[in-house]
Amino acid sequence: MIRYLARRLLSLALTLLVASVIIFLIIEVVPGDTASLMLGVNADEETRLALREELGLDVSKPVRYVNWVSGMLTGDFGISYTYRTPVSEMIADRMMVSFPLALYALALSTLIAFPAGIIAATKRGSFSDVSIMGVTQLGVAIPNFWFAMILVTIFAIKLRWFSAGGFPGWEAGFFAGLKSLTLPAIALALPQASILARVMRSSLLDTLGEDFIRTARAKGLSARQALWGHALRNALIPVLTIIGLQFSFLLAGAIIIENIFFLPGLGRMIFQAITQRDLIVVESVVMLLVFAVVAVTFLVDIAYAVVDPRLRRRV
Amino acid sequence: MRRRRNLVIGALLCLLFIAAAVVSFVWTPFDVVALDIANKLKKPGGAHWFGTDHFGRDILSMIMVGARTSIAVALVAVGIGMVLGVPLGLFAAAKRGTLIDELIMRGNDLIFAFPALLIAILITAVLGPSAINAIIAIGIFNIPVFARLTRAAALSLWERDYILSARVAGKSKLRISAEHILPNLLNLLIVQGTIQFSLGVLAEAGLSYVGLGAQPPTPSWGRMLAESQTMFSFAPHLAIFPGLAIVFTVLGLNLFGDGLRDYFDPRLRHNRHDESPEAIVKDQQSVNDEQGVS
Repeated sequence: MIRYLARRLLSLALTLLVASVIIFLIIEVVPGDTASLMLGVNADEETRLALREELGLDVSKPVRYVNWVSGMLTGDFGISYTYRTPVSEMIADRMMVSFPLALYALALSTLIAFPAGIIAATKRGSFSDVSIMGVTQLGVAIPNFWFAMILVTIFAIKLRWFSAGGFPGWEAGFFAGLKSLTLPAIALALPQASILARVMRSSLLDTLGEDFIRTARAKGLSARQALWGHALRNALIPVLTIIGLQFSFLLAGAIIIENIFFLPGLGRMIFQAITQRDLIVVESVVMLLVFAVVAVTFLVDIAYAVVDPRLRRRV
Repeated sequence: MRRRRNLVIGALLCLLFIAAAVVSFVWTPFDVVALDIANKLKKPGGAHWFGTDHFGRDILSMIMVGARTSIAVALVAVGIGMVLGVPLGLFAAAKRGTLIDELIMRGNDLIFAFPALLIAILITAVLGPSAINAIIAIGIFNIPVFARLTRAAALSLWERDYILSARVAGKSKLRISAEHILPNLLNLLIVQGTIQFSLGVLAEAGLSYVGLGAQPPTPSWGRMLAESQTMFSFAPHLAIFPGLAIVFTVLGLNLFGDGLRDYFDPRLRHNRHDESPEAIVKDQQSVNDEQGVS
C-alpha cells in the first residue's frame, strides 16, 4: 500500500509540474508588455520599468517560472495586475462562492439521482423506468446555460421566487446565500443528475444479478431487504467514482453558470481576468483548477485501493 | 426492439439537422445577413415560422445556417481527435509496457486534467476568440478520448490468435496495427465518434455562448442564445428555438450512438442492462470535461 501510495504521489507531482510548465508557456506566448498595457501609451519609461519591477516582470522567464511555482507552494499566488491585491486573497474570497456552489449542486444531483436510479433499476422495464431513462437522455442533451436562462425567466422574472443573479455574501445570512445559489445549483445539477442516475441504475442492475443476492433471497430476505442490506452498498462503488469526478468538474465547470448568474466565483474571476489581461490571475486560477481535478482523481484512486487491494497492483 | 427504435429516431434527428445545414448553402427562407427592422421581434407564425430577432432576421434561417457552424466545428474537432488519437493509441498498444506507452498514456492523463473550457479559455486568451480556436480547444480534448479507447481495445485484440499468426507470418507490429487491429476497431470508433460529435455540438454552443466561439456575422446557436438573453422575458422564441435545435441535435446524436453500439454488438441485444458501468464511467469522464463548456 505504501509503495502504491508513493508511486501515485510521484505521478501526481509530475502531472502538476508538467501542467504548470504548459500553463506558463501558453500564457507567456501572449504578445505585448503587461506593464505598458496597464499604463497606456503615454507612460514614461521610468514608470514602466518601476512597474515591471513591482510586478516581478523584470527578470528572465525561467526565473519568473521558478518564482511563480515556488510562490504557489508557499501560498503566494502573486499580485493581481489589475487590482494590486494578492491573488491568493482573491482566490480565497471567490472560493467561498465556487466551493459551496459545487457542493450544493453535487448534493442536489445525488438527491435526485439516487432515488431515480434505484426506482429505475428495481422496476426495470416498467413505465417509471422508461420515463426516468427518457428524462435522463434529455437531461444530458440540454445545455445547462440554456436551462439556466429558462430557470431565471420562470422563477426569477415571472414568479419572483429567486433573484435573477448576484450574491449577497455569506454575511447576509446562511439562507440568503444559499437561496441565491439555488438556481445556479439546479442548472449545474441537471446533467450531472442524469448521468448519475444512469450509473446508479446500471450498477444496481449488475449487482442485483449477482449470486450473493440470490443467496440472500434464498435465506429468506425480502426483495426490499436484499436491496437495502446487500445490493445497494455494493452498487455504490462505481457511483462514488462518478461523484468524485463530478465534484472536480463542478468546481471548474461552473465557469459559464457563474457568469450567467453574476456570481463572484472563480469562474467569473477567470473571465474578468482575461478581458483585463490580468495574466497572473489567469495562470494561478487555471493551475488551481487543474490541481483540484488531479487531487480529486488521486483521492478517488486511493479510496478505491483501500477498498479493493487488487487495484494496488495497477498503476 | 427498443434499441432499434433509438437508432431510427436518432438517425432521423441527425438527418434533419444535416439536411438543414446542407440546404442552407443554397436556400434559406430569408437572407440571414439582411436586416429588416420593420419586421423585428415578430412572433412565430406567418412567413417567419420561428419568428424574427431584434434586427428582423429570420430565426429559422439563422438556425439553418447555425447548424453549419455546429457541424463544421464538431466534425473537425472529432476529426482532430481521431487522426491524432487513434494512431497514438495503436502505437501505445503495439509498444505495450514500454516507456513510449507510458509517456503517451501519462500525456493523455495530463490533458484530462485540464477541463475543456479551461483549454479553450487559455487558447482564446492567447489567440483571441474564433471558430478555429474553438475547434482546436475541443479537438485537443478529443485526442486522449480516442487514444485511450483505441489502446484499451487494441490491447485485447493483441491477445487474439489471428494476431499471433500474423506475427508468426513475420509481419511487423506497425503493419499488424494498421492491417488487422484498426479495421476491427472501426465500429467502436464510429460509436465513440458519434458521442464525441454530440459533446462537440454542446461544447461549441457553450463556447460561442460566452463569446469564445464563432464571431459575428457567422450565425451560431450559442451566440443566438447569448443575444436573446436580455429579451427572453418578452420574446422567448428568440431563445427557445435555438435551444431546442441544440437539444434535438445532441439527443439525436446520442440516441444514434447508443443505437449503433447495440447494432454493431449483437451480444448487447440480449443483455438487458443497456450500459455497463465501465462504459458510463468512460463516457462520464469525457462528458465531465466537455460539459465544463455547457
